[in-house]
Amino acid sequence: MQLMPANPDEEKTSCCCCGPKVKKTVSSWNFRDYFGAIFCRVSNHYRMRYQVSPGLFSLGSPTQEAPVFVTANYKLSFDHLRKGLGALNAWILVLDTKGINVWCAAGKGTFGVDELIRRIDSEKLAEKVSHKNLIVPQLGAPGIAAHEVKKKTGFSVIYGPIRSRDIQTFIIQNNTITPAMKTITFTLPERAVLAPLEVVAIAKKSFVPLLVVALAMGLQKHGIMFHRMATLTLPILIALTAGIFAGCVLHPLLLPFLLVRSFALQGLFLGLFASACFHFSGLFSNVSVFGQAAAYVLITALSSYLAFNFTGSTPIANKSGVKKELKIAVPVYIVSGAATIILLVLYKIFQEGLL
Amino acid sequence: MKYLHDVATIAINLDKCTGCGMCVEVCPRNVIDIKDKKADVVDKDACLECGACAKNCAFNAITGDFGVGCAAAMINGLLRFGDPDKGTCDCDGESGSTGCC
Repeated sequence: MQLMPANPDEEKTSCCCCGPKVKKTVSSWNFRDYFGAIFCRVSNHYRMRYQVSPGLFSLGSPTQEAPVFVTANYKLSFDHLRKGLGALNAWILVLDTKGINVWCAAGKGTFGVDELIRRIDSEKLAEKVSHKNLIVPQLGAPGIAAHEVKKKTGFSVIYGPIRSRDIQTFIIQNNTITPAMKTITFTLPERAVLAPLEVVAIAKKSFVPLLVVALAMGLQKHGIMFHRMATLTLPILIALTAGIFAGCVLHPLLLPFLLVRSFALQGLFLGLFASACFHFSGLFSNVSVFGQAAAYVLITALSSYLAFNFTGSTPIANKSGVKKELKIAVPVYIVSGAATIILLVLYKIFQEGLL
Repeated sequence: MKYLHDVATIAINLDKCTGCGMCVEVCPRNVIDIKDKKADVVDKDACLECGACAKNCAFNAITGDFGVGCAAAMINGLLRFGDPDKGTCDCDGESGSTGCC
């Protein structure tokens, strides 16, 4: 890779003379950034579109010696990086990861060697900086082969801290990383922040099936009776809510304290616990045995399914383990789903006195 | 917090390993350590199989079934294509339901 000769005439305008225009950014967040940071934790639709345009950004007034930080074009990733950089003058090279964060994009390969090389080239990075170092977040490492980048571009990849709040310390300590900076954590706040998106997602998915069940429950000889529908559907709605709560809220919050390592089993036990709570509280005492059975199967299986689906959101699970769990879990979910439907039919038949 | 016992597939070829320590540097779960100038898997159950170590090993000394441990994607793959490895989760596309990424 050729090094641009340090030409004093060009230096003054080096940020604008060559390659695409460098975009400017600041480290502070405005109201929209704060709003976006919250809202993309609630709406997946919003989150998938929460992007910045890829390319080179300047933060402060970076010189040719200023460090270059690489990140993804998920706006939250970009925002955390620029916030973490604070008063530092730096370059930010944003890769096109289709709006996906660094860790997930690295896993999928979009935060990868090819895209990095393409951006170094298209942004004429070698002409903007006089050094040959790129600071890549450590969680980007599954997509980046440092030795390949070095071979193909001349740039050395330095893996920086996982969390943006450690960046300034990292720079002050001359690009040295402490074990804490390179170890992934899954603290209570880190787990809790994931819950809303999971709840919203499954609530949306549940809407149509619940509507179908409600209509079926209200069905009478002369049409659909609302009162009947409400009475019979209420226990199912409660069970659905309980299953979602156990699998999407209790599970992430209690994760470190659950004694089994299998996510599907963790969810299953929480579902059984929730079912037991309902059973012994007597809340369903007016519901027929079929209705109760349907509710408990639904709570337990749903909680297990949701907890199992959470594997992809955690820095704990791995592919081989998920594959192993899958072999038992998926047939169990299919059987549970079928059992719930049969029990609901029996519940309706029994309530109508047809049995 | 550890995942299932003894399922991770990470393995180090000691003949190829030069003990450079790059794998230790990129591992976010401190799975690998350098012992007697060779990489050694010291905490297998913590391994996420993210593949950062293998990808950054200039000597191809690390093997394993690396990828994303996402049940949403694998259930999708299993039900749709009969192969968990072929699945994608909502992070890949527009449909958007699980929040795994």
